[in-house]
Amino acid sequence: MAELTYRQAVAAALAQEMARDDRVVLLGEDVASGGVFKTTTGLAERFGAERVRNTPISEQAIAGAAMGAAMAGLRPVAEIMFADFYATCWDQVVNEIAKVRYMTGGQVSVPLVLRGANGSGGLGFGSQHGQSVENWAMTVPGLKIASPAGPAEAFGLLAAAIRDDDPVLVFEHKALYGRKEEVADGEQVIPLGQARTVRPGQDVTLVGLSITVGTCLAAASELASEGIEAEVIDLRTLVPLDAAAVLASVARTGRLVVVEENPGQLGWGASVAAIAAQEAFGALAAPVTRVSGGNVPLPVAASLEAEVDVSVPRVIAAVMSQQKGEINGDSR
Amino acid sequence: MGVPDELDLFTRMCYLRRFEERVDSLYRQGLVHGPVHLGLGQEAVAVGAAAALSPGDYSLGTYRGHAHALARGAPPGAVLAELLGRQGGICAGKGGSMHITSVPHGYYGSYAIVGAHLPVACGLAWAAQLRGSGQVTVCFFGDGTTNIGAFHEAVNLAAVWRLPVVFVCENNWYMEYTPIASVIPVALPAADRAAAYGLDRIVVDGNDVAAVRRVVGEAVGAARAGQGPSLVEAQTYRLKGHSAADGAAYRPADEVAQWREHDPLLLSRASLGAAGTAVDKLDEIDRQTRDEIAGLARQVLARPVPEPAGAWADVWSDGSWQWRN
Repeated sequence: MAELTYRQAVAAALAQEMARDDRVVLLGEDVASGGVFKTTTGLAERFGAERVRNTPISEQAIAGAAMGAAMAGLRPVAEIMFADFYATCWDQVVNEIAKVRYMTGGQVSVPLVLRGANGSGGLGFGSQHGQSVENWAMTVPGLKIASPAGPAEAFGLLAAAIRDDDPVLVFEHKALYGRKEEVADGEQVIPLGQARTVRPGQDVTLVGLSITVGTCLAAASELASEGIEAEVIDLRTLVPLDAAAVLASVARTGRLVVVEENPGQLGWGASVAAIAAQEAFGALAAPVTRVSGGNVPLPVAASLEAEVDVSVPRVIAAVMSQQKGEINGDSR
Repeated sequence: MGVPDELDLFTRMCYLRRFEERVDSLYRQGLVHGPVHLGLGQEAVAVGAAAALSPGDYSLGTYRGHAHALARGAPPGAVLAELLGRQGGICAGKGGSMHITSVPHGYYGSYAIVGAHLPVACGLAWAAQLRGSGQVTVCFFGDGTTNIGAFHEAVNLAAVWRLPVVFVCENNWYMEYTPIASVIPVALPAADRAAAYGLDRIVVDGNDVAAVRRVVGEAVGAARAGQGPSLVEAQTYRLKGHSAADGAAYRPADEVAQWREHDPLLLSRASLGAAGTAVDKLDEIDRQTRDEIAGLARQVLARPVPEPAGAWADVWSDGSWQWRN
């Protein structure tokens, strides 16, 4: 066991995969210098400048070059520094990368990873560097989506994403990069599409992703002192979605609260809630409740940011309200 | 594959011309599902450039891409089946006219978002550079593409990384319905931008197939030798509108007439004639080509449509589409 920060886990996953497979190459702004979030530290020195390439500030060129290299048989990992910047190369991601396999009748595969820093987490990055945009990608068939909640998940999910033969977007959380955790020794790979139960409980199911898994866990601890035992599920990936894990948990608890950091307007929680409403209706003792980021652009001042970010008190309030039978979600 | 002589080049251009004319006719009969952008008049770029490539090289084109796929050796029956929505389509009915792709022939796709494939070409070239394989990538695009961001990002990246890629601008003087001169601040859309990326200003008569082969061939040779990318502007003209639905009434009649005199097939005929090839021989090639394509169209139209279940295949690399369990 070694204690790794989330950012070290990202670098360790990249190193593990680059050592294992010489088709794995990195590109992005400043990646050869270790990256602005220090997620590629030491990789250029270890694997050489040919395999770890700095690019201009050209997200279309970065994403498109990753696609071309993948079609030619490499396994590129491209860093999109802030997930907000997907907007500058969205054509490459959704019109080309997501669709080229299908549109060519399966003539090509695009085994690539796009990864970068996502989410608010109360750091004051604001509307253009602090958004949670995983729900953007979820509207597009052809993209897989992973979003790790801690160092061990960051390690294993990124390794699996690199080994996957389809395009995977990995949304790392900028507020988790400094988080430390014991990570097992040896090769780490977590299969995509398998949620994990982080905490067992029988009274309510809390479903989170990335930073909201920690929010759910903290809420569950406080709820336990009120006599409510919450089960916490980390989805790990949105596509493939382990809906079966959610449905199995809801079948036991009869209650579901979905906690997502992206705005509630067509957030991923809406899909999870709809699946539960359709497929676990008989098991539900109360309406499904959603807690989401605010439906406003993200403000910067800490007091404003806290007003719209998902928080432990908001999750607790949603659970308590649901327990009382109130129809009163918190997806504002 | 030996080096094609001028008669081969004529024969190949003749095939593309008659193929596209047949597609135009099928479109007018309502037999093509979706839009079609014909390469009529621009055959010399596709044929000349393809003649400068080796079988392992990569090429990419635009939604006006039938000719570029066929020029690399894509099977015409499979291309026509894709256009007509019949079984055996080269993209299994899921790409259509704008996405003709033939990976076994090095043709890595037709791209329908203007400029999107220039970055992709950089990636293919990067892979070749990393492997030291000597493969060259040629990327075709239109004059209108030189005003979109992806063009500048890609040409810059290729120049900075010295990638083995040749960008070929098919300047047909119109971005869709608008004269290119009215939307660029320089005279030539690609050539006059080259200096910004440290590249040479290269212009070629895109209707002269031998000139295209020579000029693109030099650029391909330089790329293969590790001398980095080139940007070639091939000046040409489309004989029809932007899409098959466009009558191109916005083009002055005298301009159209001038370019009709400069038709790549006429130029090729003149060149072959001057070298002693009999007109009858060229006419015979043309007649055989028309018959062959008419027969092909009849054969493809007789095929059944794709099984509906095919719509669910090939989202993921394991062939499935499911996003959840």
